[in-house]
Amino acid sequence: MSFLDFSHITKTYPGVKALSDVSFGVDKGAVHGLMGENGAGKSTLIKILSGDQHADQGEIRIDGRVQAYTSTRDAFDNGVIVIHQELQLVPELTVAENLSLGRFPANAGIIAGRRMLDDVGAKLKSAGIDIDMRRKVKTLSIGERQMVEIAKAVMLDARVIALDEPTSSLSSRESEILFALIDRLRGEGKVIIYVSHRLDEVFRLCDSLTVLRDGKLAAHHASLKGVTRDQVVAEMVGREISDIWGFRARKTGDVRLKVDALSGPKLKTPASFEARAGEIVGFFGLIGAGRSELMRLVCGADPRSGGSITVDGKLVRAADPRGTIRAGIVLCSEDRKHDGIIQGRSVEENINISSRRHHTRFGVLNRASEIATAETFIKKLKVRTPSRKQDIINLSGGNQQKVILGRWLSEQGVRVLIVDEPTRGIDVGAKSEIYELLYQLAQDGMAIVVVSSELPEVMGICDRILVMCGGRVSAELTRDQFAERAILAAALPDQKTPDAIAS
Amino acid sequence: MTDQLKKILLGEQGLVVIFVVAFALVSALVPNFLTDRNMLGLLQSVVTVGIVACTMMFCLAARDFDLSVGSIVAFAGMVAVMASNYTGSILLGLLAAIACGAFVGFINGVVIAKFRINALITTLATMQIVRGFALIASDGRAVGINSSDFYQLALSKLLGIPTPVWVLAILFCIFGFVLNRTVFGKNTLAIGGNPEASRLAGVNVDRTRIWIFALQGVVCGIAGILLASRITSGQPNAAVGLELSVISACVLGGVSLAGGRATMSGVIVGVLIMGIAENAMNLLNIPAFYQYIVRGVILLLAVLLDNLRSSALGRR
Repeated sequence: MSFLDFSHITKTYPGVKALSDVSFGVDKGAVHGLMGENGAGKSTLIKILSGDQHADQGEIRIDGRVQAYTSTRDAFDNGVIVIHQELQLVPELTVAENLSLGRFPANAGIIAGRRMLDDVGAKLKSAGIDIDMRRKVKTLSIGERQMVEIAKAVMLDARVIALDEPTSSLSSRESEILFALIDRLRGEGKVIIYVSHRLDEVFRLCDSLTVLRDGKLAAHHASLKGVTRDQVVAEMVGREISDIWGFRARKTGDVRLKVDALSGPKLKTPASFEARAGEIVGFFGLIGAGRSELMRLVCGADPRSGGSITVDGKLVRAADPRGTIRAGIVLCSEDRKHDGIIQGRSVEENINISSRRHHTRFGVLNRASEIATAETFIKKLKVRTPSRKQDIINLSGGNQQKVILGRWLSEQGVRVLIVDEPTRGIDVGAKSEIYELLYQLAQDGMAIVVVSSELPEVMGICDRILVMCGGRVSAELTRDQFAERAILAAALPDQKTPDAIAS
Repeated sequence: MTDQLKKILLGEQGLVVIFVVAFALVSALVPNFLTDRNMLGLLQSVVTVGIVACTMMFCLAARDFDLSVGSIVAFAGMVAVMASNYTGSILLGLLAAIACGAFVGFINGVVIAKFRINALITTLATMQIVRGFALIASDGRAVGINSSDFYQLALSKLLGIPTPVWVLAILFCIFGFVLNRTVFGKNTLAIGGNPEASRLAGVNVDRTRIWIFALQGVVCGIAGILLASRITSGQPNAAVGLELSVISACVLGGVSLAGGRATMSGVIVGVLIMGIAENAMNLLNIPAFYQYIVRGVILLLAVLLDNLRSSALGRR
């Protein structure tokens, strides 16, 4: 038996089986990788480990003892600490105060400041973390905050530390410091669960690895000796990766969307591009390159300060979402939760919100035709929901995305479909379904613009790629010119090398 | 057994079930409760709260808030009385009252939607401004009604049921329909659910919010007219604290203060529960001071129940 044992963990959310019968063990002094596509069940497993959620079935054992904790506080007290992507620090307090939160050394309610600094200082030193304890957390960089989070785990003498995508917002130098710290913790005999989808990091850091897929255990490697990257990727996606895109060549027609020197408050340099009927145009770039900002201008989500948009040769005068929708341009935003789904309302209402005006007479709705529309798109897009009346919040990310697509497709006369990070947080199966749908829509004559930060995705599904960097379009490549290096080089500001990002 | 009970209570119609049970209990236990006269009295007592709750439901469903309703009701009542006394035409008086209500609501809506001022603050301000107008117009005194036809509004009956109760019932029907079967109603719920997503989906968010407040003003005007008619005068201090009763009734009826969730049936039940509690306590001669406590407790229990229901639905 291992030090930390997951045994037959099963968890069901309304409408989704997040985890089914997952069992594996991790030894003391080991860094254990946990990999899987988005929606594979990694975060659910971590939530159960942290006491935030409860498994429907199965148990977690640490050092042979079943952990029956019911809250994150309990998990804390049992030496289990999870460090989330969103860090849980109080910005207005100092590092020392954050690290002492919940157990301030105090005399009659008055904090013993000296003692606090001594305690925290000693712990930080022993962990080899070098941060000024007196600084307020809000003045720290993300990387430094991450260190403070880990320091918290060290302070509490955690036995099990889980890190959820710890490097996602770190620079490579900060990552190095993090890795050194993890190595040190390994030496002290802690169990470390390392959740990441960066293969390089996992192969570099981890002693053992578990791969989850669709809530099930896809593979467990007690040692990474002899395991190849391709093998792990195949385990994650459950098939050869080459066919996940299923690219189909199409005939393209006339220019549908023409964006000319468009600029706005958040996009200073004017940007221009075109998309033809039947064409899938990809926009690649690093986060903050201006892709989403450009798309928000095109669809009128943000006001534009200059430039013009034409659809099928007709100038689009409107600069608000209502107007551009009527002109045939729709946008599936990257932030599904904030800009897409209407929480608390049904799948049906989420589909009909925009196209509703086609089902009315004097403002009164034709219920039958609304229901029929909703049912049509639920079926056509294979939305997995118990019924059209289900609250959209209970659907998985992929199904929510399909509902949003349904919302736009139910609009009659969409000519330009812009999808921003269409497959973020979506499981593999739904991914291919969404790609398939995009091909279909392009085939039917729509111009499609795909914004994505996943290079394989844009290379896999697009006819043409535009690369953005620092708010400008820095390169344009047709499918026969696609090459990873060239695209990355165009995406990077000059000071970085492609290799730093490729990893 | 307990599972089934839980399912019923926490289900979609849980509130209605609780209402029916409470009604049956009160009928059996409180003498003189289930009589024609008391029932009509009860309904008449909830007319003002019920009418205003119709549009407050829209306001809350769109994640907004309106504290100015009590003041608008008093102000509209004053306007109705003074304008009909002055012109000699009741119809003109009524129209003036409704127009004034609509105007105040419209101002609320424009300030909130276009200038993006917090609804709580905006209506807190208009609540005081409008109350001030009512007091200034009448010099702080009640203004008597000249024409007896005006009283008849509240006293007249159709099929044995007082006119104000009919008005209430009609408004319940109209706003129930508007909420569920019109673009306006669905957009209201969508805005409350996620304003930014609604805007990006092509909903005219600003205009919808302005309409909601303007309608709220119109409805307050109607409530003000009926109230003035019932108390046979325009009282500048009428309907103080009405906003809190109305919001309580809505919340009791399952309207979410976070927006996006509201049903007409829930609001009707909420209004009636408040009315029944008050009526039963009066029949039992419970002193008014204790009634405050009971009302507060009912509201807390209702919100707790709602919370349980939300977590049972798996929402976070």
